[in-house]
Amino acid sequence: MTDHDFDPSHDPGRRQALGCLAAWTGAAVLWSVAGGVPRALGMAAGGEAAAAPPGALSFVQISDTHIGFNKAANPDVVGSLRRAIADINALPQRPAFVVHTGDISHLSRADQFGQARELFQEIRTDRLHTVPGEHDAIDDGVAGYLRVFGADGRGRSWYSFDQGGVHFVGLNNVQNFKAGTMAALGDEQLAWLKADLAGVAHSTPVVVLAHIPLWTIWAPWGWGTSDADAALALLRPFGSVTVLNGHIHQVMQKVEGHVALHTAMSLAYPLPTPGQAGIGEPGPVTVPPGQLGRLLGTRRVSLVRGNRPLALIDTPLDR
Amino acid sequence: MNLDKTARLALAGILACLAAPLAATAAAPAPVVVSITGFAFGPAQLTVRPGTQVTWINHDQVPHTVTSRQGKLLDSPALDTDDRYSHTFTEAGDFEYYCTVHPFMTGVVHVRK
Repeated sequence: MTDHDFDPSHDPGRRQALGCLAAWTGAAVLWSVAGGVPRALGMAAGGEAAAAPPGALSFVQISDTHIGFNKAANPDVVGSLRRAIADINALPQRPAFVVHTGDISHLSRADQFGQARELFQEIRTDRLHTVPGEHDAIDDGVAGYLRVFGADGRGRSWYSFDQGGVHFVGLNNVQNFKAGTMAALGDEQLAWLKADLAGVAHSTPVVVLAHIPLWTIWAPWGWGTSDADAALALLRPFGSVTVLNGHIHQVMQKVEGHVALHTAMSLAYPLPTPGQAGIGEPGPVTVPPGQLGRLLGTRRVSLVRGNRPLALIDTPLDR
Repeated sequence: MNLDKTARLALAGILACLAAPLAATAAAPAPVVVSITGFAFGPAQLTVRPGTQVTWINHDQVPHTVTSRQGKLLDSPALDTDDRYSHTFTEAGDFEYYCTVHPFMTGVVHVRK
């Protein structure tokens, strides 16, 4: 069974577009806006994703900061990131860490990576885990990205770690681009993933980070990963798998068995809804003044030990 | 009189300077521009004579590249808004290219004698 739960904005036009999307996917669209804050539901027991319970592992996902972008869709991406950082630093529970699901920079330039790193140091958290986006891999692949964000020094852009009883996996699906196709993880990385997961008990919750969605949202725009099926086959035996993606600058969710896939809002600019009539390409959308902050935001993820799935709260900058 | 003669000489010099590149340009095929607009190369298919300089100009808000599907003949850096990349095709052949950031964007230059 497949459920979709789309939750991107308050805008009637986009809501209408989502209707088109629902027709396209043939799946139900579930809306939930509680207290003016759109929530990624379906993940929390009882449909309530409130404050993280005591003892929960709580972390924050940010994505698609595009440091260096300065065009009409958002002339001040640094200001947008700073607002998000203020939101994170004001959380009642300090997040264990922050994950950034790619497109840190806009043009893969060293000064953009450097500026991003300085800005991230303003976040009050212990660690930042990143995966590269395709904007971080222009010109010389992920070499420039790794110089600033390759913390393990092994020259590899995929990794795993364990924290709070959860196995986290960071993947790079922006390097195996071939003309006319979608991105891919590639055989080397899939072999590594297989070996990595071989040592993890199937009862362990797994959280996967990757920039481009690991399910095909809209192939004509490259919104998918061509060999995602091979990765999901390795993940399917696990009792709880949560995949956190960016890339499409809007919240979409899909649940397949024990695997829940989520995309996040951007902190730079909105992108159109796939399949939207009259929109032929995934270019930045310039919205009327005052609207932008509702379409950019952060996500808080809380994990509670036991059988309960993860709780996710998506929070726009303006609410 | 002297002044007039100097002026005439200067004018002749300027004309000579202008004429030299004009003559060179006349011998080569006219340069061609490919516009990158709305995540598409326009025109996506192009047929030119050997010696033609093709210039790609990015009009989108996001970066694109002009990258050969095979080999390194076309190998642009990230083109930001209004950035351009030029290549002069000397050999006949079919040269397919794409954008590495958005690999669904493809184009081809046919060079025919």
